[in-house]
Amino acid sequence: MSALLIAEHNNKDVKPFTLNAITAASQIDQDLHVLVIGHSCETVAKSVSEVPNVKKVIHVDDEIYKNFLPENFAPVVIKNSENYSHIVCSANTFGKNLMPRVAALLDTSQVSDIIKVTSTDTFLRPIYAGNAFATVKSTDAKKCITIRPTSFDPAPTSGGSAEIVKAEKSEASNLTKFIKREEVKSDRPELGTARVVISGGRGMGSGDNFKLITAIADKLNAAIGASRAAVDAGYITNDHQVGQTGKVVVPDLYIAVGISGAIQHLAGMKESKIIVAINKDGEAPIFSVADYGLEADLFEALPQFLEELNKLNTIQK
Amino acid sequence: MKILVAVKRVIDYNVQVRVKEDGTGVVTDNVKMSTNPPDDNAIEEAVKIKESGKAKEVVAVTIGEDKAQETVRKALAVGADKGIHVKVDGIIEPLAVSKILQKIVEKEKPDLVFMGKQAIDDDCNQTGQMLAALLNWPQATFASKIDVKEKSLEVTREVDEGLETIETNIPSIVTCDLRLNEPRYASLPNIMKAKKKPLEQINASDLGIDTKPRIEQIKVEEPPKRKAGIKVASVEELVQKLKNEAKVI
Repeated sequence: MSALLIAEHNNKDVKPFTLNAITAASQIDQDLHVLVIGHSCETVAKSVSEVPNVKKVIHVDDEIYKNFLPENFAPVVIKNSENYSHIVCSANTFGKNLMPRVAALLDTSQVSDIIKVTSTDTFLRPIYAGNAFATVKSTDAKKCITIRPTSFDPAPTSGGSAEIVKAEKSEASNLTKFIKREEVKSDRPELGTARVVISGGRGMGSGDNFKLITAIADKLNAAIGASRAAVDAGYITNDHQVGQTGKVVVPDLYIAVGISGAIQHLAGMKESKIIVAINKDGEAPIFSVADYGLEADLFEALPQFLEELNKLNTIQK
Repeated sequence: MKILVAVKRVIDYNVQVRVKEDGTGVVTDNVKMSTNPPDDNAIEEAVKIKESGKAKEVVAVTIGEDKAQETVRKALAVGADKGIHVKVDGIIEPLAVSKILQKIVEKEKPDLVFMGKQAIDDDCNQTGQMLAALLNWPQATFASKIDVKEKSLEVTREVDEGLETIETNIPSIVTCDLRLNEPRYASLPNIMKAKKKPLEQINASDLGIDTKPRIEQIKVEEPPKRKAGIKVASVEELVQKLKNEAKVI
């Protein structure tokens, strides 16, 4: 049997985490096919076909798929799932929204958010906000799996030439209507894939004070993150949230500023290679995961930090 | 309009979860339990919609062992009208939960079903979407704003890219984000009054659903520990360490 991966994209480009999911899916089954569902998304099908691990691309194109509504996606995934032992997707908001709808229709108990493939039926996944790791074995004949993208390397994007096959659309559901998407455009690296992330918490005190973080992010070519408290307080938009129910990040360098380090925040960043914590409360739990802790007032420390960085001329981009 | 809200009893979000030494799970004995946090938002939203006059009845349902009733009692204390406890012992997976909820929906005939977007114990994030699939209802997941209209819902969803707005037909499933609202506390008089509200008990085994787990839990272990870090005395020292020791800048 083979594995079928559902690609996440924006009808123009493949989302980077699809490449991480391809790596994981091809560890489950080398005969990996990718389902590209969307509207006028030939360029996506083409670029997926160039990923060396991909053996075949199934492309379904229709206007009803333009906005990725799961009510329309699930039937067409089911229709194309017959010959596959594993249906796979990355565990971000796209996959989290879609996959359980597919799994229930297939009467399969989904395995969510895996971080390691042990065998074709056994996987490692974090539970309790990453405070425990569970090894689980799926006994369903057809398995539905979502992948934590940051736990797998992205697959190379060139060198392959998989066949692209067109498939028919399914009926439109008419249960849901898309109204709008408010995307926050930014020239910065994406939070999920950035080499450096600098995050602010409640200690920032206001949205305006995030400019101290922005200045350092500019210098380090870093993505900007935030704790839930900072998002709740309206300092910054929800797409920056790092944590159990936000984004999981694994950068080379994570700098937590004015973040106390609730379990739920640690769940989203504690696998980072190097963690720096800047907090005036020396007892803050964030220091327990920090490689380098600086007990200081962030309003004094951040401008000094920028000044010190400016003295260096060898910052890696 | 009638709203059914599903609530789950989990280890309290403030508890530092510990893995059992024999690798069979996590320690739950003498550990503080409470309602799964986003389920509190689901109840709050349903009660607010009722208070606005757009809904007539809010029913809270939980699935689990006897003590799971506490979560329904709490829902009744903050404004739900009626409770249902579906009794089941042992591990129950989201697929089985959604099949039980399907039966409850068939019986109660709600117009809307609300629940938290994810339970903070197994972190599966599946039940709402699965229930929507089984009922062939629309799903509005990760909701941070709900606007009840005449025959539809307008829901703002938190997605990776930012915010998305969709309109779903009613009946509909909504899974709630923590930013949807600020859940109220139950006052003592309301806790006392809640004790008089109806709480129906149903045995899962009487519903004719196979709830046997399909996923075998082989082992639960501690995640790898980070090695202890150091405190630096100054920003200057921090930058030197990052450059020369960690070599990340």
